[in-house]
Amino acid sequence: MIRVQNLTKYYGERLAVDDISFNVEKGEIVGLLGPNGAGKTTTMRILTGFLMPTRGDVWVAGHNMAQNSLEGRRHIGYLPEAIPLYTDVTVRSYLEFAGRIRGMDRDQVRTRIDDVVDLCHLEEYIDVLIGKLSRGFRQRVGVAQAILHQPEVMILDEPTLGIDPIQVAQTRQLIKDLGREHTILLSSHILPEVSMTCDRVVIIHEGQIVAEDRIENLSSIITGSRSIRLQVQGPADKVTARLQRIDGVRQVRYEEPDHIVECPPDQDVRPKIMDAIVRGGWILLEMEAVEMSLEDIFLELTTEEYDEDEEGLSEDEEGLSTGDSEEDEE
Amino acid sequence: MKNVGLIASKEFRSHLTSPTAYIVTFVFLLLTGTFFSTYLTGTGYTDTSIRGFLDPGNLLLLLFAAILTMRLLAEEKKLGTWELLLTAPVRDTEIVLGKYLGSLGVLLVMLALTLYYPLLLIWFGDPDIGPIVTSYLGLILLGSSALAIGLFASSVTSNQIVAAVVAGGILFALWFVGLAIGLVPETVGDLLAYISLMGHFADFTRGIIDTRAIIYYLSITAMFLFLTVRSIETGRWS
Repeated sequence: MIRVQNLTKYYGERLAVDDISFNVEKGEIVGLLGPNGAGKTTTMRILTGFLMPTRGDVWVAGHNMAQNSLEGRRHIGYLPEAIPLYTDVTVRSYLEFAGRIRGMDRDQVRTRIDDVVDLCHLEEYIDVLIGKLSRGFRQRVGVAQAILHQPEVMILDEPTLGIDPIQVAQTRQLIKDLGREHTILLSSHILPEVSMTCDRVVIIHEGQIVAEDRIENLSSIITGSRSIRLQVQGPADKVTARLQRIDGVRQVRYEEPDHIVECPPDQDVRPKIMDAIVRGGWILLEMEAVEMSLEDIFLELTTEEYDEDEEGLSEDEEGLSTGDSEEDEE
Repeated sequence: MKNVGLIASKEFRSHLTSPTAYIVTFVFLLLTGTFFSTYLTGTGYTDTSIRGFLDPGNLLLLLFAAILTMRLLAEEKKLGTWELLLTAPVRDTEIVLGKYLGSLGVLLVMLALTLYYPLLLIWFGDPDIGPIVTSYLGLILLGSSALAIGLFASSVTSNQIVAAVVAGGILFALWFVGLAIGLVPETVGDLLAYISLMGHFADFTRGIIDTRAIIYYLSITAMFLFLTVRSIETGRWS
């Protein structure tokens, strides 16, 4: 549904997007993740035809957005980062204009407005001036205009920016519901948002893609290992040394009061750990398998240029926490 | 064409809901009405023409065209609705024409409201209808050029004040360039006379319809509308 190929965009001298390629298949919800200034908005603006690429091509619903932009735009619903609202009109007349300008006829617009107002919980505000609405409701109107014409592809730039937690939850649910029938590309700099709503994530940083995978695959892909967190009553350095001798353990770190054990994702070393601790005469207080959060992944991906550690673990993070046990290599 | 109509009517309606158009119209009518009546009393009601309205009216028209058009695109950029328009399946040309026609509508309404000056003259006296009709044709042509210039100015910035100043600058430069004709060599003077907004207006007030003047105003309009489209395109590539 969306194809981005070798897309590059310069603003004058400044490189905003650097040769990125990715696809979004029909019916997928894909998150474009990155810190502010990573190139998310630029990518989306090129996808929607608002900007032209410097190099490379993008296709939306089979239309090349540089050559056949008008046709492509018909299939796109777009929520820009700054919600595009006329403040001097009512929600209804704004939605009417938004629908008509996308080529819907008057009757179509009327019936669809009833649907989207229902979906976005705007019933009570339909005849209120947009200028009088709070940020959260403006966001809903923004979403409403993006889905009004039932586009095949929705491009949502930071759809939950600046709204309160309850509305965030509602918006995420709405996106998930829409994702059943539509193809969605959304951007965010908030990791939980992407992990909650998206099937797949494309992580970009300084204009380049640093990772792209399904959410559940990402953590093991990046480190090639998973972590187990232990809390052991016993001398920390001896415990560390003992744990490191276990077959299958890649690395052990001590982050007071926890030991973090890294092991390959296909190997369960927990029984061996248990055994080693009991044999050592220590007491195991806690043991927990830790999935790497997207925050960790992200920190790792975007800081990897600063550390050359082959294990892929962020050295500076370790250094901050303890600084004693990580010299012990296998 | 449907999109042009859609944008034009949206533009026209939003002019009606914003105070700017009312204030502009009010001040325009107040000032031109004052000049119209003082001119009549000044001539002891012997010159039943609308000259009193026309002389300040043409300059005021330039000023108010700049004010009416300053928000057309600049405000969209500021509100972010620019992204809605530019990502809708609408050509840049349609956006420009729609915006232009919407504000031309307001200008025509404003001029229509001044029609009571000649109606008063007809009611109480026996004015020469010819120059009045051609004067209005001249005002409409001058106004449409001014709107196109204002629209262009509005396309280069997201700041309405900057847009108004740019528009005012271009308009008054094109207007007063006519004053320099006597100061420069003849060939340059002819050129200045041709590009001056002022020079082409005088004939209309005398009841003369000069096709060169009509073509001049229409060319200015077309040129600045074209520049506006190009300015939008440039924005997409920058």
